Amino acid sequence: MHGDDLHHHHDEDPHAPIENKDDLGHYALMTLAVRDLLVEKGVFSADDVRATVEAMDARSPAQGARIVARAWTDPNYKARLLADGSAGAKELGIDVGPTHLVVVENTDSVHNLIVCTLCSCYPRWVLGLPPDWYKSRSYRSRAVREPRAVLAEFGTAVPDDVTVRVHDSTADMRYLVLPRRPQGTEGWSEDQLAAIATRDSMIGVTVPKVTA
Amino acid sequence: MSARFTPGQPVRVRRADPPGHVRTPHYIRGKTGVVERICGEFANPESLAYGLSGEPVRPLYRVRFRQDAVWPDYVGARNDTVDIEIYEHWLEPAEGG
Repeated sequence: MHGDDLHHHHDEDPHAPIENKDDLGHYALMTLAVRDLLVEKGVFSADDVRATVEAMDARSPAQGARIVARAWTDPNYKARLLADGSAGAKELGIDVGPTHLVVVENTDSVHNLIVCTLCSCYPRWVLGLPPDWYKSRSYRSRAVREPRAVLAEFGTAVPDDVTVRVHDSTADMRYLVLPRRPQGTEGWSEDQLAAIATRDSMIGVTVPKVTA
Repeated sequence: MSARFTPGQPVRVRRADPPGHVRTPHYIRGKTGVVERICGEFANPESLAYGLSGEPVRPLYRVRFRQDAVWPDYVGARNDTVDIEIYEHWLEPAEGG
């Protein structure tokens, strides 16, 4: 009897001990096993792994926004960026690692939209980690099949006289949309402009907005 | 680099269904588009995925397809397109595009 009090279920008890109930799947388990083996063999250290994860998590759309803001204010930079996206990023001191970055420009006649139908390729070096919806089967299948309907769901209406150009990142390139600079931003600083170059506008599901 | 196709050239994606890791989406196989640009030469992911060298490297192209050529019932504007990266060994010369 006295022992039972210690063994009743504590599911809702906020003071219950923390237990790791994660049931690792095959790939998660393999990843950990391979990591441990490589650390054990001295190929890299556990701290190398931690530091790499930290660096990945630290990347954010702020990098992409700096690129966009500079392209909006410097036509010569924009021309170089469109010719070679990776070189354009490096010019601003942004490390793109091994990425072959292609920057595609929205104009009054073209609206660009990025997707990876095969997996979830994403320009992580300039936008950070992708949003969950970008990796969803729904977005990946529909962005290429009915892009205008997807855009409408994101609140983006593209007129019929504007070409919707979808980019499926199937292989070695990564894509960044250079949105159109909105009206009402004349005389803005690069920092002000970068603030409206949002993640979603650089994926192409929205356009930058100026709030009054 | 020796690239078989040039920008502006119509190309058709091979209609093939090999086993293994392939980066040519099913929906584009058998479709005809136009070379938008040559991206360079890259290790072949179809062997790279299995721990092999990926050599010989393959020219990689961005090919632009008209959406109404990809999806017969496509709802959108006439000029809407989809650009896809495709390795040279998946492409063959085509008419039109």
